[in-house]
Amino acid sequence: MAGGASSASVEAVFREEHGRLLAALVRRFGDLDLAEEAASEAVEAALAHWPVDGVPPKPGAWLMTTARRRAVDRLRRDRAYAARLALLQVDADRADPAPPPDADGELPDERLQLFFTCAHPALPAEDRVALTLRCLAGLSTPEVARAFLVPIETMAKRITRAKKKIREARIPFRVPAVDELPERVPVVLQASYSIFTEGYAASSGPSLQRLGLAEEAIRLARILRRLLPGEREVAGLLGLMLLVYARRESRSGPDGALVLLEEQDRGRWDRAMIEEGRGLVEVALSGGPPGPYGVQAAIAALHDEAVDFASTDWPQIAALYEVLHALTPSPVVALNRAVAVAMRDGPQAGLALLDALLGEPQLRGYHPYPAARAELLHRLGRNAEAAAAYAEALALAGTEPERALLRRKLHTVALKD
Amino acid sequence: MKYMLLINAGKVDGDGQAAGCDVQDWIAFDKQVREAGIFVSGESLADLVTATAVRVGQDGRQIVTDGPFAESREVLGGFYVIDVPDLDIALDWAARCPGARGGGSVVVRPVAEFGV
Repeated sequence: MAGGASSASVEAVFREEHGRLLAALVRRFGDLDLAEEAASEAVEAALAHWPVDGVPPKPGAWLMTTARRRAVDRLRRDRAYAARLALLQVDADRADPAPPPDADGELPDERLQLFFTCAHPALPAEDRVALTLRCLAGLSTPEVARAFLVPIETMAKRITRAKKKIREARIPFRVPAVDELPERVPVVLQASYSIFTEGYAASSGPSLQRLGLAEEAIRLARILRRLLPGEREVAGLLGLMLLVYARRESRSGPDGALVLLEEQDRGRWDRAMIEEGRGLVEVALSGGPPGPYGVQAAIAALHDEAVDFASTDWPQIAALYEVLHALTPSPVVALNRAVAVAMRDGPQAGLALLDALLGEPQLRGYHPYPAARAELLHRLGRNAEAAAAYAEALALAGTEPERALLRRKLHTVALKD
Repeated sequence: MKYMLLINAGKVDGDGQAAGCDVQDWIAFDKQVREAGIFVSGESLADLVTATAVRVGQDGRQIVTDGPFAESREVLGGFYVIDVPDLDIALDWAARCPGARGGGSVVVRPVAEFGV
């Protein structure tokens, strides 16, 4: 089929263009539902035409023209809806005039507005994540549902509810003013980071990682990095994701079992990704006080740079956890700090810090806490207590590979006792 | 678009004033809302001890009771209806409202629009 395009390449183009297309349509029509409907009709048309006629030279402009036509048709059929949207549009234009179309007909990139709408603090956190995946990563509702292991119906309801709130409470489609950015950017970053952590360290299920989701999160962070080049925390977030994701190949064994940092084959770490991440850490940590993503990225970079576990720069990591704890005090950060201190000053010092966290409500049911205690107790030769702590962690762990690792550890200390 | 700002006092002192702000704050806020040209309506409610609840049962009988006395700690103390272009602007006005401080909260609810 000369001049034709495979449906895979059509789909690749579509995934790249989807966010831009949707953002431009929301801007033009002021309604997320209408924009989604028109966008998906344009994609259907593309899937029908492109494999035969080839991908047009400006796929984005082609999709936009087609989608706009479909939206206008829909508005002609439904006058009441059109009148309501027209009213909305007057307000929107007054608040934020539309950018002029590009000279070459390509779409202006308005995805940043869409990021801020999807991750608006007025929406529940789980809805922000779902909408960001759906509108900006271009995942379908069933794909989003699969990613979070919830029934499709549940996810569809969640997305419908979020869109209803955007429409009826009139959550605006705009980039917040400079003085609002410090409050709003972290919410956008949090949505992408939640996607990443769910992908990289699945909270439940048979496997440890859902890599597709982590890759989507990295793609979103890359888009954000382009759209917000001056925000150092965006560099920190992308850097953090890359520096952690660089270890993906060595993080689980051939049988899917969890391999701890200590035992990972560092030769399999993705050097190119680490290099890119390190560059981003430099951006994140220069030109002002660091933010939490920048600090976490710096910690990940120190792990990535160490030739082996023993020669890791623990004093530096412990100091960075200190900084992180000052920025975002939480029992989970305190737990990580305690582990780093144990590596720097010995297990007794780390255990004292861990025991000080006993009874923290946020750590109740959090298996890394008893697992970390067990490890330090084991190193102190207190094997009976270590076994009890491993057993506690085992009962709480959510994925099978984590449970398998804890069973192995428990077995080891039980033998010594 | 119209939004109602429901002002819930957190702790109310003996004079019915929300903690952390005085009458001057309210006067200043009210002036700002009116001068911005967004004011639709707004009232401050009298003390909760003056409240009376009416219910009509299935048999059509009217039941009048004293109260309600708040089971939750937050007590509706007043409201504004403002007309602004979008939720962000409404949230911004809510944040300026003295009732949002001192343990209180301002709930922002869009007013339903029927028809076009």
